[in-house]
Amino acid sequence: MLKINDINVYYGNIHALKGVSLEINQGEIVTLIGANGAGKSTLLKTISGLLKPKNGEILFESEHVAGKVPQLIVKRGISQVPEGRRVFANMSVEENLELGAYLRKDKKGIREDFEKVFQLFPRLQERRKQQSGTLSGGEQQMLAMGRALMARPRLLLLDEPSMGLAPLLVKTIFRIIEEIKQTGTTILLVEQNANMALSIADRAYVIETGKIVASGTSEELSQSDQIRNAYLGGH
Amino acid sequence: MKNVKNAKGFWGSIVLVIIFTVVTQFLINGGTLNSFYVNTLFSIGINIILAASLHLIIGITGQFSIGHAGFLAVGAYASAIVTMKLGLPFPLAIIAGGIAAAIAGLIIGIPTLRLKGDYLAIATLGFGEIVRIVFLNIDYVGGASGMTVSHLTTWPWLLACVVITIVVIVNFTNSTHGRACISIRENEIAADAMGINTTFYKVIAFVIGAFFAGVAGALHAHNFYIIQPTNFSFLKSFDILILVVIGGLGSMSGAVIAAILLTIISTFLSNYPEVRMVIYSLVLIVMMLFRPQGLLGTKEITSFLKIGKSAKGGVQHDSKNTVA
Repeated sequence: MLKINDINVYYGNIHALKGVSLEINQGEIVTLIGANGAGKSTLLKTISGLLKPKNGEILFESEHVAGKVPQLIVKRGISQVPEGRRVFANMSVEENLELGAYLRKDKKGIREDFEKVFQLFPRLQERRKQQSGTLSGGEQQMLAMGRALMARPRLLLLDEPSMGLAPLLVKTIFRIIEEIKQTGTTILLVEQNANMALSIADRAYVIETGKIVASGTSEELSQSDQIRNAYLGGH
Repeated sequence: MKNVKNAKGFWGSIVLVIIFTVVTQFLINGGTLNSFYVNTLFSIGINIILAASLHLIIGITGQFSIGHAGFLAVGAYASAIVTMKLGLPFPLAIIAGGIAAAIAGLIIGIPTLRLKGDYLAIATLGFGEIVRIVFLNIDYVGGASGMTVSHLTTWPWLLACVVITIVVIVNFTNSTHGRACISIRENEIAADAMGINTTFYKVIAFVIGAFFAGVAGALHAHNFYIIQPTNFSFLKSFDILILVVIGGLGSMSGAVIAAILLTIISTFLSNYPEVRMVIYSLVLIVMMLFRPQGLLGTKEITSFLKIGKSAKGGVQHDSKNTVA
């Protein structure tokens, strides 16, 4: 579904992604794990068009999307949940969700998706009129995910959904990610919490200082000694 | 649906405005209001347009622009050229002033709106000064000694411009486009990620804001008999900025109320020229200490008056009554 071939991304002089290639198949959860500064978020931002690669290609459903503007990429069916949630704080939950469907014109479909999002996140329905800045961290994460789903993406990019959340909430969020997968949405999950990420992902890539250093199915990677030592806490 | 709901309030306000116009015009003609009060009323009207136009750029779209006097100057000079040099009628001058300023907004907006926060502020400040220096050095418009302009601004024209400005900006804010602009203010990266063309909307807001600042410039030029580049220094930009900040960033009715109150305060204080700036500044300091979010914060006046009814629905109605 998504195929990335040898992309290079720079921040000024800093070479952030060095020839990264990666592939995601329809219906999978693929996770990208790595330490701080390895280039995980950079890769997501490049896919969603917030950053432009210097070279290399990104194919989404065999269409070139590298370097396209974000609104075109969202239209094609890739939607991103940005790192740190970034909800529109002074707007209500409902208004946030409406903005997620900003590029869509089908009123009926949007209403259906409202219901779907509220089914996934009943918490949001209880608070639909509340200002989103006053939600808890976990609720804001749910809102950010719901907002991205309102674009009816075929590929959902999740950037560190567990960041700053209590362990119990992290479990809830990951359970919901699996539910989203059940509805047929393909997911690319970027995580530092490698244990949790590998537990729900079909396949995984490990990124280190801008390069993919390992890849495989989740089982393979969680059994590899090297990965366990570096990312899973050793034992 | 929203339009239908508003229709009654909308036409009601139009009638109110017309009645208000007729009554005030009658008072002005009859001499009940002396020229001092008339001048204050004119200043209030012009300041409302300026505050509303900057409100769209700073309060709604969140782009911190402090070169608004530049657009005012472009509008003032363009309209003055239309009436004084080309001898065309005043309504045409108002439109020309607005369009000239909008073009200036487009030219300055496209490169600078890629900048954020402090950088944008500095770039727009620079723009304002460039405009002033340019007019200072063009002999065609009088250079430093300025340009004399006949007094053509009349009360009905002024009031019509105020009402149109408020209606257009409020409707824009409540439209999908306005929602996109607010999302940029709230979080630009998230807005980008939602597929909103942030550069486009920032430029649009900037151009509309500049247009109405240009309209204000046309009214200003034809109200004060003379326009000089010194009238449009960065201090003027700050005066407009103060209106928006005191009113509450993001509140249209706040900007309008602040424009009315501060114009009255500063007119009243002009009787005491020695202490004028001291007291004016003290008012601002006290205001910021006790109400840093501005008079109304991000709320509209309607949300205080009508609980339960959609705040947006009533805004047009109310802002116009505030004018009246």
